[in-house]
Amino acid sequence: MNAVNETPVSDIELLLPWHAAGTLSNRDSQRVETALANDPELARQFELVREELSEDIHLNETLGAPSARAMESLFARIEAEPARMPAVSFNLGARVRDFFASLSPRTLAWSASAAAIAILLQAGLIAGIMIKESGVSSVSGGDYQTASVPSAFAGDGSFALIRFQPQANAADIAKFLEANNLSLTGGPITGALFRVQVAATKLPTTDLANIVKKLQSDKMIVGFVAATQ
Amino acid sequence: MQTTSDDVLIGRIASGDRLAMQVLFARHHVKVYRFVLRLVRNESAAEDLISDVFFDVWRQAGKFEGRSAVSTWLLSIARFKALSALRRRGEVELDDETASAIEDQSDDPEVVLAKKDKGAVLRQCLSGLSAEHREIIDLVYYHEKSVAEVASIVGIPEATVKTRMFYARKKLSELLKERGIDRGWP
Repeated sequence: MNAVNETPVSDIELLLPWHAAGTLSNRDSQRVETALANDPELARQFELVREELSEDIHLNETLGAPSARAMESLFARIEAEPARMPAVSFNLGARVRDFFASLSPRTLAWSASAAAIAILLQAGLIAGIMIKESGVSSVSGGDYQTASVPSAFAGDGSFALIRFQPQANAADIAKFLEANNLSLTGGPITGALFRVQVAATKLPTTDLANIVKKLQSDKMIVGFVAATQ
Repeated sequence: MQTTSDDVLIGRIASGDRLAMQVLFARHHVKVYRFVLRLVRNESAAEDLISDVFFDVWRQAGKFEGRSAVSTWLLSIARFKALSALRRRGEVELDDETASAIEDQSDDPEVVLAKKDKGAVLRQCLSGLSAEHREIIDLVYYHEKSVAEVASIVGIPEATVKTRMFYARKKLSELLKERGIDRGWP
């Protein structure tokens, strides 16, 4: 194949590096695939591109990583910065608008359905908690209770007290609870703590400690967690 | 559990969440470092620069509008800082004509051995390209950036991205030929 200053280079030929890297749109990728199937010389050149791709990755991967000095320097500078107020300039509204604008009607329809299901599930969860609460109330004589604080932490199983990170949103917390098979059984109580059931049965202390340790490892979601009765 | 997206992390960083900053740094710092290192060719300078890049992210997160991927934004900042550093050192080499020549190491036994390994020679030639050509090849191959993303990072039209990549590959073939490897292209 000739160079661009000798004979015109086809657009397909120019796209080969991106095709090899897998960063073309489906349409362009299909165009390249078709051309490769019909042009042995282009296919040969594509093999050269793949060779370059492989060696460039190899080259970069052997460059090593920065020392801890970079991170230490960065966080020392961040620590020296004054505490920041919640970002007023972070344009969440624009972000949400852009996100929905980027969706196709079909995707949007599926997203709406998924959102509706999520809302129904949340409603079910809240209703379940309230029914459980009202059950406790009737036993204790129907005294007034707040909507959020359970009257008692009675029940079988193994439990933990947990405080979520302030920045963790409802969706993140829901995913965390689901991923760890946790059920919210009470809270918030003093210190923004919630009580969660980690197992339906009474676990040995060491098993419960291991679960708590695992929960603690998710520092994006969990601010504090400890086993409780 | 699903990984928190970069966009979500940027939102948290904008609110002053240092833990989110740590996560973003852990996720991207090695690739940003390698991108910068390939441009400035000095490990200590590259470390200083990535600290500068992420400090900019800490300060500017609230202004990030999400029009590009966070990794693309990071590389754009990194590129700007690397080129500024090179300019301060008087080492900018962004012209095709200033492609750095590969050192003549013909008497070096290691090079003689390396010639038997086409991959090793290819890597040497990739390192011997000009900064402009190294940059575009790394962005496309290693950092997996699309034509539009490269155009955004480098600040050139998409058509120029494609032809620059073509010329970079052509130059690579020429360097290989000088080292005794004729790929039969271009």
